[in-house]
Amino acid sequence: MTSHGLPRWADVGLLPLINILAAVIVSGVLIWVIGENPFEAMAVMFNGAFVYSGGFGYTLYYTTNFIFTGLAVAVAFHAAMFNIGGEGQAYIGGLGAGLAVLMADSFLPGFLLIPFAVAFAALFGAAWAFIPGYLQATRGSHIVITTIMFNFIAASVMVGLLSGPMMREGQGSPETRIFEPNGHMPYMHEMLGWIGIEVARSPLNLSLVIALAAAVLVWFIIWRTRFGYAARTFGHSPGAAEYAGINTTWLIIAVLALSGALAGMMASNAVLGEPHKIVVNFTSGYGFTGIAVALMGRNHPVGIILASLLFGALFQGGTELDFEFQTITRETVQVVQGLIILFSGALAYMFAPMLARILFMITPEREPA
Amino acid sequence: MSDFLLQLALALDAMFRVATPLILCAMAGIFSERSGIIDISLEGKMLAGAFAAGAVAALTGSPWAGLGAAIIVSILLGLLHGFACITHRGNQVISGLAINILASALAIVLGIALFRQGGQTPSLGQSERFRPIELPFAEALQNVPVLGMIYSEIVSGHNLLVYVALAAVPITAWVLFKTSFGLRIRAVGEAPEAVDSAGISVYLLRYRAVIIAGLLCGIAGAYLSIAHGGAFIRDMSAGKGYIALAAVIFGKWRPMAALFACLLFGFLEAVTARLQGVELPIIGEAPVEFMLAAPYILTVILLAGFIGSAIPPREIGEPYPKEK
Repeated sequence: MTSHGLPRWADVGLLPLINILAAVIVSGVLIWVIGENPFEAMAVMFNGAFVYSGGFGYTLYYTTNFIFTGLAVAVAFHAAMFNIGGEGQAYIGGLGAGLAVLMADSFLPGFLLIPFAVAFAALFGAAWAFIPGYLQATRGSHIVITTIMFNFIAASVMVGLLSGPMMREGQGSPETRIFEPNGHMPYMHEMLGWIGIEVARSPLNLSLVIALAAAVLVWFIIWRTRFGYAARTFGHSPGAAEYAGINTTWLIIAVLALSGALAGMMASNAVLGEPHKIVVNFTSGYGFTGIAVALMGRNHPVGIILASLLFGALFQGGTELDFEFQTITRETVQVVQGLIILFSGALAYMFAPMLARILFMITPEREPA
Repeated sequence: MSDFLLQLALALDAMFRVATPLILCAMAGIFSERSGIIDISLEGKMLAGAFAAGAVAALTGSPWAGLGAAIIVSILLGLLHGFACITHRGNQVISGLAINILASALAIVLGIALFRQGGQTPSLGQSERFRPIELPFAEALQNVPVLGMIYSEIVSGHNLLVYVALAAVPITAWVLFKTSFGLRIRAVGEAPEAVDSAGISVYLLRYRAVIIAGLLCGIAGAYLSIAHGGAFIRDMSAGKGYIALAAVIFGKWRPMAALFACLLFGFLEAVTARLQGVELPIIGEAPVEFMLAAPYILTVILLAGFIGSAIPPREIGEPYPKEK
C-alpha cells in the first residue's frame, strides 16, 4: 500500500490513466464547445499520427525529442530537483551540435563528425545546466527560478548569435547555413533501405536509437549505480544523504549536468536530424513538454518512452488538425498538454481517495491474516 | 545636450508604459508568495486576462466590460492554482506551469473559434480602449522648466491603468504591513502552524492571497490588450510575467523595492527599444540582445548572493497539511 491508500498497481497504472482520461475529457468538452466533433478530431489525429504514409515516422521523430527532454526532467526529479530549464539547455545544446558541424563538416567524415557533434550537444547542454546547479549547490539560489531565467538568457544568446555572427551569409532570416551531408544524422528510411526494408520518407533518423540507448543508460545510472543511489537518497531526504557521507554539493551539480546533457542531446534529433541547420526557436516548447512526459511517465524510462510516444502522436496528429478543420488547430494539442501537466502533475492525487474507496468496495472480503 | 534630455524624457515616459504590467504582476506575486504560494503563473493569468479583455471589449464595445472580464478570468485561474496547491497540496511550480501552457493555448483556440483571425481579437476603436489621460494643468505647466516638463511629459498623458498600477504599490505596502489581514498573510507564509493554532484558517488566507493576485494580473492583462495595445495578439505577454517574478525576487518580496526593480527593468527595455541598430561610441552597435536579457541575468546574480541576499518567505512552496 502506498501513502494514498492505493495498492501499488493502482498507483502506478490506474491512477495515471484516470488522470489522462480527465485531461482528454476536458479537451473533448472544449472541442465540443467551440463547435466541432471531438470524436472526429480524435480520428483525424489518429490517422495523422499512425495511418498516413510517413505519419508514423513523424510521430517517432517527435517522440525522439520528448524522450530526451523527458529523461532530462526525470533525472533531476529523482534527486528532488525541478529542472524547468530543459528548453534553454536543448537550445544551447543545439548551439553545441551546430558549432561542431559548422567547424568540421568540411574535413571530417560523417562517422566521426556525428558522434563529435552529439557529444558537443550534450556538453553544451550540461554546461548550461551546470551554472544553475553550481549556484544552487554553493550559493543556495533556487534552481526553479535560475533555470527559468536561463531559458530566457539562452533565447537572447541564440537570437543574438543567429541574427549576428552565425547568420547564413546573404540571408535575412536568423538561421545558420545548411550543414554538409556528412553532418546529417542518417535517416531511418535510408538506413532501412540499405537492408532492403522499404518505408515511407520521414524525418525520423538515427537519433531515436540514441534516445532509446539514453533511456537504458538512465535506468542503469539511477537504479544500478552508486551515483544513482546517492541521487535517489538525496531526493528522499537531503539530510539523510548528508549524514550518510554523500558529497551533496557535488551530487547536485552532477545530477543537473546530467539532466542538461540529456536535454542538450535533443539537438541530435532537432538540429542534426531534420532541418540540418540551427533555426531560431527550434526547441518550440519541447523542453516544457518534457515536464509533462516525465510526470506522466512517473520518472521511469519505460513510462517516459510510452508518454513520449503519446505526445509524439499528439503533436503529429495536431498538425493534421490544421489541415482538416477550420477552428481547431495544433494549439488544441497544447491545451491537452497543459491539462495533462495539471491532472498528472499538480492534481496527481485528486482522484486517489475516490479510487481507493471504489477499490475498497469492489475488493472481495479477505480473511484477516 | 537638450537632445539627450529629450531622449531621456521619452525613455522615462516609455518606462512607465513598459513597467505597468510588470508592476501589477509583481504586486500580485508579492501577495501570493508572501502567503507561501509560489506563483510562476503570473504570465498565464496576465495572458488570459489580456485575451478576455480583448475579446469582451470587442464584443461589447466597452473597455470596462473588458477589464471586468480580464479580472474574472484571471481570478478563476488563480482559484485553479489555489485548488491544486492549497486544497490538493499539489506542486506549486507544476500547477503554475500548467496554467501558463493552458492560458497560452486556450487564448489562441478560443480566439480562432470566436473571431477567426488566426488567434487575434479584432482591432479596437478608440472608444473601446482606455485612452491617455491629460492630468490637470499639464498643458499650462508645459513650459515651466524641469518640473513642469517632467509633469507634463512623463507623469501626465498615460492611460488610467498606468496610474492604477502606480497606486497599487502603496496600497499593497499598506495592506501587507499596516493591516491585520496583511500581518496574517505574511504570517501564513512564514509560520502557518502559528496562524492555524491561533484559530485562523490557513487555507482561507492563502485563497484570499491568490484571489488578490488574480485580480492584479487581470488588470495587467487588460492593460496589454485594451489600454497599451488595441487588440489581443497571441503570446503578447512575451515573458513579462517572468520578468515580474524576477522583480519580486529582486525587490526581496517588498512592494517598494519591487516597484524600483520593475522601473529599472522597464527603463532597460525602453532604452533598448530606442537603441535598436544605433551605433554607440566605443562599444559599437548596441548589444540589444544582451540588454533584453539583463533582467534575467541581474536576477541570477542577485539570487547567487552577489548583491545582498534574497531570502524568500520561509514556508514558500510548502503545502500546509491540515490536521483532520
